[in-house]
Parts: sequence; C-alpha cells; structure tokens
Amino acid sequence: MMNTSSTIPVEGAIEAPWTLPYRGTVGMACLIVAEAAIFIIFVVAYIFYIGKSLSGPTPAQVLELPIFGTICLLSSSITVHFASSALRKNNLRGCTAFLAGTVLLGAIFLATTAREWHHLIYDEGLTIQTNLFGTTYYSLVGLHATHVIVGLILLSTTLAFSLTGHLKEEHEKKLEVLSLYWHFVDAVWVVVFLVVYVLGR
Amino acid sequence: MAFLAPLFAVTALAQSPTNIFAPAATPAHSIFGLSMLVLSVTFGIFLVVGGLLLYALIRYRHRPTDSDHEPAQIYGSNQIELSWTVIPILIVVMLFLTTTRVILRTEAIPKPDNTMDVTVIGHQFWWEYRYPKLGIVTANELHIPTSDKANPKPTYLTMSSADVSHSFWVPRLAGKMDVIPNRVNTMWIDPPDAGLYLGQCAQYCGTQHAKMLLRVYAQSPEDFAAWASQQQKPAQQDFTGNPTAAAGQTVFMHNACINCHTVKGTVATGRFGPDLTHLAIRDTIAAGAVQNNPENLRRWIDDPNTMKPGSLMPAMHLNDHDLDLITAYLTQLH
Amino acid sequence: MATPVLEAIDQTQAPPQGPPRPNVIYTWLTTVDHKKIGLMYIAYALVFLLVGGVEAILMRIQLAVPNNHFISPQVFNQLFTMHGTTMVFFVGMPILFGFGNYLVPLMIGARDMAFPRLNAFSFWVSAFAGLLLYFSYFGASGLYAAGSAPDVGWFAYAPLTAKVFSPGHSTDYWTLAVFLSGVGSIGTALNIVTTILCMRCKGMKMSRMPLLPWLYLVMASLVFVAVSPLTAAQIMLTLDRYIGSHFFDTQAGGSAVLWMHFFWIFGHPEVYVLVLPAFAFVNEIVPVFSRKAMFGYPAMVAASVSIGFISLSVWAHHMFTVGLGAAGNTFFVFATMVISVPTGIKIFNWLATIWGGKVIFATPMMFCVGFLFQFLIAGLTGIMLSAAPFDWQLGNSYFVVAHFHYVLVGSILFAIFGAFYYWYPKVTGKMMSETLGKWHFWLFLIGFHLTFDFMHVPGLLGMPRRIYTYEAGRGWGGWNLIVGIGAIFQVAGLLFFVYNLVRSYYRGKEAGHDPWDAWTLEWAVPSPPPVYNFAIEPTVNSRRPLWDLKHPEDPDSDYE
Ligand code: HEA
Ligand code: HEA
Ligand code: HEC
Ligand code: CUA
Ligand SMILES: [Cu+2]
Repeated sequence: MMNTSSTIPVEGAIEAPWTLPYRGTVGMACLIVAEAAIFIIFVVAYIFYIGKSLSGPTPAQVLELPIFGTICLLSSSITVHFASSALRKNNLRGCTAFLAGTVLLGAIFLATTAREWHHLIYDEGLTIQTNLFGTTYYSLVGLHATHVIVGLILLSTTLAFSLTGHLKEEHEKKLEVLSLYWHFVDAVWVVVFLVVYVLGR
Repeated sequence: MAFLAPLFAVTALAQSPTNIFAPAATPAHSIFGLSMLVLSVTFGIFLVVGGLLLYALIRYRHRPTDSDHEPAQIYGSNQIELSWTVIPILIVVMLFLTTTRVILRTEAIPKPDNTMDVTVIGHQFWWEYRYPKLGIVTANELHIPTSDKANPKPTYLTMSSADVSHSFWVPRLAGKMDVIPNRVNTMWIDPPDAGLYLGQCAQYCGTQHAKMLLRVYAQSPEDFAAWASQQQKPAQQDFTGNPTAAAGQTVFMHNACINCHTVKGTVATGRFGPDLTHLAIRDTIAAGAVQNNPENLRRWIDDPNTMKPGSLMPAMHLNDHDLDLITAYLTQLH
Repeated sequence: MATPVLEAIDQTQAPPQGPPRPNVIYTWLTTVDHKKIGLMYIAYALVFLLVGGVEAILMRIQLAVPNNHFISPQVFNQLFTMHGTTMVFFVGMPILFGFGNYLVPLMIGARDMAFPRLNAFSFWVSAFAGLLLYFSYFGASGLYAAGSAPDVGWFAYAPLTAKVFSPGHSTDYWTLAVFLSGVGSIGTALNIVTTILCMRCKGMKMSRMPLLPWLYLVMASLVFVAVSPLTAAQIMLTLDRYIGSHFFDTQAGGSAVLWMHFFWIFGHPEVYVLVLPAFAFVNEIVPVFSRKAMFGYPAMVAASVSIGFISLSVWAHHMFTVGLGAAGNTFFVFATMVISVPTGIKIFNWLATIWGGKVIFATPMMFCVGFLFQFLIAGLTGIMLSAAPFDWQLGNSYFVVAHFHYVLVGSILFAIFGAFYYWYPKVTGKMMSETLGKWHFWLFLIGFHLTFDFMHVPGLLGMPRRIYTYEAGRGWGGWNLIVGIGAIFQVAGLLFFVYNLVRSYYRGKEAGHDPWDAWTLEWAVPSPPPVYNFAIEPTVNSRRPLWDLKHPEDPDSDYE
C-alpha cells in the first residue's frame, strides 16, 4: 500500500493555481439566460401583435409613459450595487441602508404598475380578454412585475437578515448574485419600456 | 439506406393512387425531379461513408491472434479534417442551389390571367370549394379542368380554414400546403390528364383527421363546362311525380338540417356543413368516407357516428319513415 | 481486465454492504446525492419507456390492416399524443439527464453537482409532471367518461388547443405537464452547466475535459434557450385557456402560425438536446472499444458547439408547408442543410477513431455500431426533408415518422442501450450478461429495421401521419403489417433488456473498478462509487488520466 488515495499522481507541479468561477454567479447567469429567453418570446408576441387587435382600445389611446416608476426601478439598480459594495467593505450599516432603499424603490415601482393597471381596467375597460393588445400587454408587463415581486421578496429577506445582524461580510458573494438578478430585472424593464411604451405606441 | 434504397425503388413501382413518385402535374413533376437528385446524392454519400465504416469495422476488428499492445494512438490530422469539412460544404451548396431553383419555380412565379380560381375552405373533417368566378359552391369533390401545353388552364387554389389548421395534399398533383385559419395560402395545379386524383388532409385537425379525404376530378374542358353549368343551377324543387321526394323535402326543410346545410334556392342556408344543392352528383359523402348511395346516405343521416365517429354532424334521431323520405329527397338533388 | 495499477492507487473504502434497512425508501426520497438522483431519473424514464412503447404497440396493431376497428379514433389520437409527449419529455429528457447526473461529476472529478438540493427539486418536479400527464386519464373528467387524455398531438398546434376545439381539461393536463417538465429540465441544465464550469478537479482545463461533459455542457446550454421558449408558450396557452386571453385565438385576430414558431423554436433544438448526449455516449464508448484516443478532439468540441448554435436557426424546416414564402423557405433550407457539415465531422471522426484500432465487439460497442449506421441514414433522410419542395411531399407523412424514429430510436435509444451496458458495471458493481445483451441487440436491431425501414414506404405512397385508419385501395396495407411485426420484435428485445438489467444485478459477474480498461476518471473509483465519489480530489494532467497512469511511458499529456 504505497498510496492510499484516489489521487491520480502527476509528474511535475501544477502549472497555475487552480481557480474556478463562483458557482452562484454561474448559476445565476444560467438562470438569466433562461429567463431572458422567456421574455424574448413574450416580447416577440407583443411586437408581432402590435396593431393587429380587431377592436380597441389601442396602446396610443390608453398608455402613458411610466416615467416615475422607471426612474425608481432604474435607481434601485444603483442602490443595490452600493449595498453589495458596502458589504464587501464590511460597512454593514451602509449595506442595510442601501438595501432598504432598494426595497423601497422597487416597491414604489410596483405601486405605479398597480395604479396603471387599475386605471386601465376600471377607467379604460382594458383587460387581458379585451383584445390582442390587452392580452400581450398584461402578460408581458405582468411577467415582469412577477419578477419584480420575486426580487423584492428576496431583497426583503436579505434586508431582514441585515437588520437582525445576520448579514456578514462573508455573504458578500451571495448578495452579489442577488444583485445580478435585480440588474437583470431592471434591464428587462428597459426592453419592456421600449417595446410597450415607445415602439408600441 | 443499403436497406432503404431497394425500398425506394420498390416504391417507384408500387401501385398506389397517392404515390409521390408518380407525378401528374407540373408542381409534382418539379418536386419529383428534385427528389431524384437528392436521393442519388444522399445515396452516394451513404455508399461512401457506410462503406468506409463497414470496411473499418471488419478490417480493424480485434482478432484473438492480436498482440496485447494497444494500437498506435492518433490524435487528429488537420488535412484530413479539413477535407471532410470542405467536401460536405460543397455538396451542401450544390443541394441548396438546386432546391432553391425548384422553390422559385413553384412558389415565386406570377399568377397568369387565364386561371381557374377556386377558394378552398377547410372545415373540421370536410372541404368546402367555392368558384367565385362561376358562382359555384360545392363540397368534398373538387372538379378542375385539365391543362395542357397547348391550352394551359392551371387551377389556382386560395386556401383558408374555418376552424383549425388542415393541409391540402394530393400527392400526384403537388406538394401539400397548409390550410390555416386567419391566413390565406395559395397553390396551383395543372394536370394534363383527366382522371381522379386522391389525397387527404395532412395536418392533424381533430378526431376525424383520418377521414378528411380529398378527391380531385380533372376533366376535359368540355366535361368541366358541363359539370359547372349543372352546378350553377339552383337545386331541384319540383318533385311532381315523386311524392316521397316531395315529402322528404318538407321533412328536410322542417328539421335542423337547414341550420347547417345549404340547398340553393330553398330556405336551407346553413353554412356549418357541406352544401347539399347537388349532393346526388357526388360519388362519395362525408369527405370521401363512404360511397354516396341511398343506404349509406340513410345510415349517415340516422347517425353519422357509425360511419365517421367524431364527425361534427349530430345524430338527428329521425324515425324510419322520415329517414326514408329525406333519403329519397337527397338522392334527387342532381 | 482491471489493471493492477488502479487497484494499487485506489483504496477508497467501498460503502458497507449491509441488508437493506427500513429507511431505504426514506433515503431515496430525500436524497440529494447526484448518483441516486441520476438513478431515479433513469428508472423513472425506463418505466415511461415501457408505457410509451405499449402505446406504440397499440397504434401499430390498429394500423396493421386497413379499416381496422381495434381502437376508436379518439383513443388513437390520445395514444399518439401521449406516446410522443411521453417519449420526448418523460423518456428522452429524464434518461439523458439521469446519465448526466450520474456521470458528469464522476468524470470531472467532483464530489457532487453544484446544487444538490436544486437537483433533487428538479427531479421531483419532472417526476410529478409525468404523473400529472397520466393523471389526465382519470382527472380530465375521465374515469367514468373514460379516456380523456390529451389528443392534440405532441406539438399541439393552435387553435386545436383552444377551449372551443378542445373542451374539458385534457389539454390543460398536457400544458401543465409539459410546463413542469420544462421547469425541471431548466433546473437540471443549470446544475449541469454550473457543475461543469465550477467543479472540475485540479488540472482539468476545459481543453482536457472528456467529451461527455463537453456535450452535456452544450446540451444544457441549449436547454436554456430552447426549453424556455416552450415554457413561455405554455404560459400563454394556459392564459388563453384559463382566463381568456387571445394569444393563439384566431377568432380574435390571433395567429396559429405564431404557436408553430414558438413550438419549433423549442422543438428543433430539443431534438439536438436529445441527440447530443447520445453523441456523448458514443464519444466515450467508441474510443474505448477501438482502443484508440478520440480522433480530432478539438474538432469534435467545435462541431458540437456549432451544432448547438446552428440548431437555433433552423426551426422553420418543420414549417415548410405553412406558406412562409420563397425567401423564408430558402433561408431555412440553407440553415438546415448546413447542420450536416458539423454532424458529418462527428461521423468522420468516429470513423477515423475506429480506423487503425482494434475493435472489440462487446455489447456496448455493438449498440454504438448500430448507432453509427442508423444515424448516418437518419441524417440523410433528414437532408431529403430539408430540401423544401421534397418536404412539401414528405412533410407530415409516415416518411417523417420514419425519419425521426430512425434518430430517436435507431440513434438515441441505441446509444442509450450502449450506455447502459457500458456503465452498468460502474453503477452496480456487476457486469451485464453478454449473452442476453447480444439477444437484446439482435432482436431489437431486427425489430427496429423491420419497423422503421419499411415505415418510409407508406410515407412515399402518400400516407399521412396521425391517421387512425386508412382505406384498402391505397397500397399501404402490406407495408404497415411489416411495420407492426417489427414492433413485436422490439418488444422481445426490450424484454431481454429488462431481464438482463434485473438478473445481472443479482447474478452478474463482479466488475471491479475498471472492467473495460477505460481512461476516464469514473473508472478510478470503486463500483459502485462511494457517496463522496473521490476520497481525495483527483488531479489530472491530460484528457485520459487513466491512460497516462497505465502507460507512464507514453502519456497523453505529451500530445495535447
Ligand atoms: C434527435 C433527433 C433528430 C435529429 C438529430 C434530426 C436531424 C435532422 N433532421 Fe429531423 N426531426 C426530428 C428529430 C431529429 N432530426 C423529429 C422528432 C422530427 C419530427 C417532429 C414532428 O413533426 O413530430 C424531425 C423532422 C424533421 C424535418 C421536418 C419534416 C416535416 O415535418 O415536414 C426536417 C426537415 O428539414 C428534418 C431535417 C433534419 C436534418 C437535416 C437533420 C440533420 O441534423 C442531420 C444531419 C446528419 C447527416 C446529414 C448525416 C451525417 C453527415 C455526413 C455523412 C456528411 C455528409 C452529408 C452531406 C453533405 C449531406 N427533420
Ligand atoms: C424517444 C422518442 C420515441 C421513441 C423511443 C419511440 C418509439 C416508438 N414509436 Fe414513436 N413517436 C415519437 C417518439 C418516439 N417513438 C414521437 C415524438 C411521435 C410523434 C407523436 C405525434 O405525432 O404527436 C411518435 C409517433 C409514432 C407513431 C406515429 C403515430 C401517428 O402519427 O399516427 C408511430 C406509429 O407507428 C410510432 C411508433 C413507435 C414504435 C413502434 C416505437 C418502438 O420503438 C417502441 C419500442 C418500445 C416498446 C415496444 C416497449 C416495450 C414494452 C415492454 C418490454 C413491455 C411489454 C409488456 C407488455 C406488452 C405487456 N411512434
Ligand atoms: C350541427 C350541424 C348539422 C346538422 C343539424 C345537420 N348536419 Fe349534415 N353535416 C354537418 C356536417 C359538419 C357535415 C360534414 C361531416 C363530415 O364530413 O365530417 C355534414 C354532412 C352531411 C352530409 C354529407 C355531405 C357530403 O357531401 O359529404 C349529408 C348528406 C348531410 N349532412 C345531411 C344532413 C341532413 C339530412 C340533416 C338533417 C336531418 C343534417 N345533415 C343535419 C352538419 C350538420
Ligand atoms: Cu383536416 Cu386533418
Ligand atoms: Cu427539426
């Protein structure tokens, strides 16, 4: 028994230190690719059906640019970035503050979407059943909103951890993965915004 | 393909009214030409690659007499790999160009003026044909004039569907073309020889997709004209001398039949089912499912499900007497 | 054939082999071990293979003679829908994920997948999806109204799936089942990609990774971009059916063709998702039984990656008859034909690997030889279909059915059988019986060719697919009879296989670490491998670490 391990012996030293990417990041990247593909299909459906509704209302009649919500959502990308860099520098209070800001901004965005839907449904009479525009609009914006909600749940959980002092510097990579997701949700919004509110009108 | 090649050959000789290797109109001929080319190229590739594979397996099999040494390890060779990348590319380009030529010749030629125009509407399990220029509406049996070089009269089909997707496929005349709701597709056929060409719906469309058969009657221009002028007439209404048929007509007009069927010139104007104006002229009923004769007709009206389960015509639950009368009436609709 | 070198270096303790304890079920239900999950995937898929196979046999009985009344049209339509859906989503995908789960960590020298819990989750979601699909027989107002499985075909073209044309809940079961299976697939694919990118043992650069993980990497990446669109489309369809949206509602101006695009954007890459793992098995088996290194490893990798990319741009070759117009058709003809170039590279590399080797015809290799010939033929019939005008004749005919069974059965299933015979010793520690294996091989081979060679002919004679019966005068009768007889041979072959699987577990020869004298890392651990796989993380220096070990005088690392 000269050798009691399953190591395959190698002659000579290993060339370089052996480093591999962090699996959280890679996993999230995969998830993002998959999600992006889902969004693309919904966006394609939206674009394909622009102007094909057999009856009104049309986007031009009822949609308004959601400037305020957009600003909030996009700035939340910045705050979440600051949150994770604060954590990297072990600035726990800064991190908590920025997380709280992110959650708040995200919530405001959701509220503006909710208001918009309320307006469309009750004032304009546009539902998902009304016409092709309603169908594609609610499903695309709704799909995005679902992602915002998921992101908000994750962020709030993190916020709760950091408020109770469970968030530590060693969790920095995990927070970065989460912020990656949040950036993705924001990026999707940019596309949705352009397609629904700019191109579609 | 060693196995398949003989099969393909057999196919060419096989007796089948729907053999794609027995083309009878220009589009089918172009496809046939292309298919022969593609078949020979692929067969050639099979012979070369399959042959080499077989040779290698036999030549390099492990023999009991072999030494224990592992064979020489070879990790690759740029020249060889390059060659088996480039040669297939050339073959692909060649195949692609030929294919494109046939596509353009079939799909991208402008429509001439002197065509016979027919609107094809697919329904769940039957076909509706409208001849807008002639004012004819009929079902399930498509009549078209023959078309030869001297006297070209291609038939143009403008196709759409009333419900789900279907596909129009008469192999000896042309390739298939899908018949899709909310979309208009076109195709053309020009058989030079008179005759009956068979086919069937080639896109799964529900329970009775299997019995959504196609019958295309190509007729000499004279025969076609005779058929068309008969079709243009309204339905026979005067049944003096045939009291059963007359009574049948009354029963028919007082039943739900008229909600779904049209008999031109009467109160029956339904469009859900096939037009029955000249039903008696047709060879078959229920989209080719059965012969058009009084017994079948009677059974059909009694309960379509016995002949074509899942057909969208409900069983009408008529008594025997009414059934006889309606059958007598329908057989008079020449 | 186990080499003494290996026994010397690997002293990893085999797990204690006691009598099964009462918590054995609990262990399996809660396991997060990649090997157990892999095996559950495989077992689950095998059960569904038999179910889907029985459905196929019923169809073949019905079609054996013209005007048959064995099965009603409704039931027949359910049979092919369930058969296609089962075979693709609940046989093909899980069995390949199962092998991937089992083998990828072992081959890259890792102790488990990157996310073991996600792995278990994905498996159970997929498993649930399969049960859900079959529950439709009872749940979709079935049971007493009997027979209410989905009957819309495996690509479920709109608007046949709309509430008006498909009332009841059968289509909902189909949508949900496929949706869930998609969620599971994306989860597992994510796991595979992350495992491969982040868990490789020391020294295993991407350029040294065995081909199997490489192909799984491409396959899993394809899953993200292929299965997700289907998931999206299923969401739309569910919305249409449940809350009355109009994505595919042609009455409201919606488009039937849009569904076709969405489905085939999934559907075409999906068939490569299925075939890439089959290539992967062949890539491992052919070199070992030819006793030669894989010829042209970099070309093989490049070909796989480019197949992945090209396969994303060819989906509309399933839609040549939709009326895309000359320009659209031409584009897709070209894209489709181009795939034959990287695929050809693969075939030629296998050929060159065999060339100059010493081919040992053990059962795994025999199945691979079957694969090589049958894949060649299937690919060439694919080329015929890809010539659009030819497809106007062949599309939706039995020729297509024959083409894709040539790939799905003749290539993928053959490769899977090869993989079973090859890795069974690793998994169980027992060899499978060669005699039974040969019986299995020959019976299945004969059955396969009787069935699927002769199936081309009715297609050429104008027989469309998905018809429950046909008239006598069409000249299809005799051919269909032969096809049916072939199916019986396949059943016989499969019975030998099942028997072999079970029998060998109890009676098989002891396998040892490395019965095939192979070269990749999984053969360095005991059979069956311990829970932690490698007692000490291995380090590799070339693509064939065990070759280096067995031939220290001439290691691979000198050539790479
Ligand atoms: C794993 C599964 C798999 C694989 C690998 C393939 C591979 C291919 N398939 Fe197939 N196909 C299916 C599964 C698969 N297919 C299924 C399931 C369907 C039907 C779905 C349904 O309708 O239900 C289908 C349907 C289908 C159609 C649509 C038919 C129709 O419905 O009208 C077409 C048309 O182009 C097609 C083409 C091809 C081509 C060109 C390849 C190519 O990838 C083949 C490439 C390989 C080779 C060509 C051989 C090796 C190459 C050489 C030796 C080099 C030299 C060769 C040349 C230069 C030509 N397939
Ligand atoms: C991986 C995929 C896969 C596999 C392996 C198979 C395997 C088989 N398929 Fe399938 N098939 C598809 C995928 C597959 N198929 C798809 C995607 C479709 C399209 C569906 C659609 O149109 O929507 C299709 C459609 C399809 C049709 C066309 C139906 C139609 O259009 O009307 C037919 C017809 O013959 C058929 C036959 C067979 C046969 C005979 C086998 C055989 O190889 C099966 C062999 C297996 C067995 C025979 C099981 C053995 C069983 C036992 C050992 C247990 C024995 C016990 C008892 C009998 C009690 N298949
Ligand atoms: C609910 C609608 C409906 C009603 C009511 C109905 N039919 Fe039909 N009928 C159809 C449909 C749909 C078909 C086509 C069925 C098929 O081929 O699948 C058809 C087909 C037929 C055919 C065969 C036509 C052909 O050319 O193939 C005849 C004859 C016929 N019906 C007669 C009748 C008579 C007589 C009655 C009344 C006693 C009647 N139908 C009532 C819908 C209806
Ligand atoms: Cu109409 Cu099939
Ligand atoms: Cu394809």
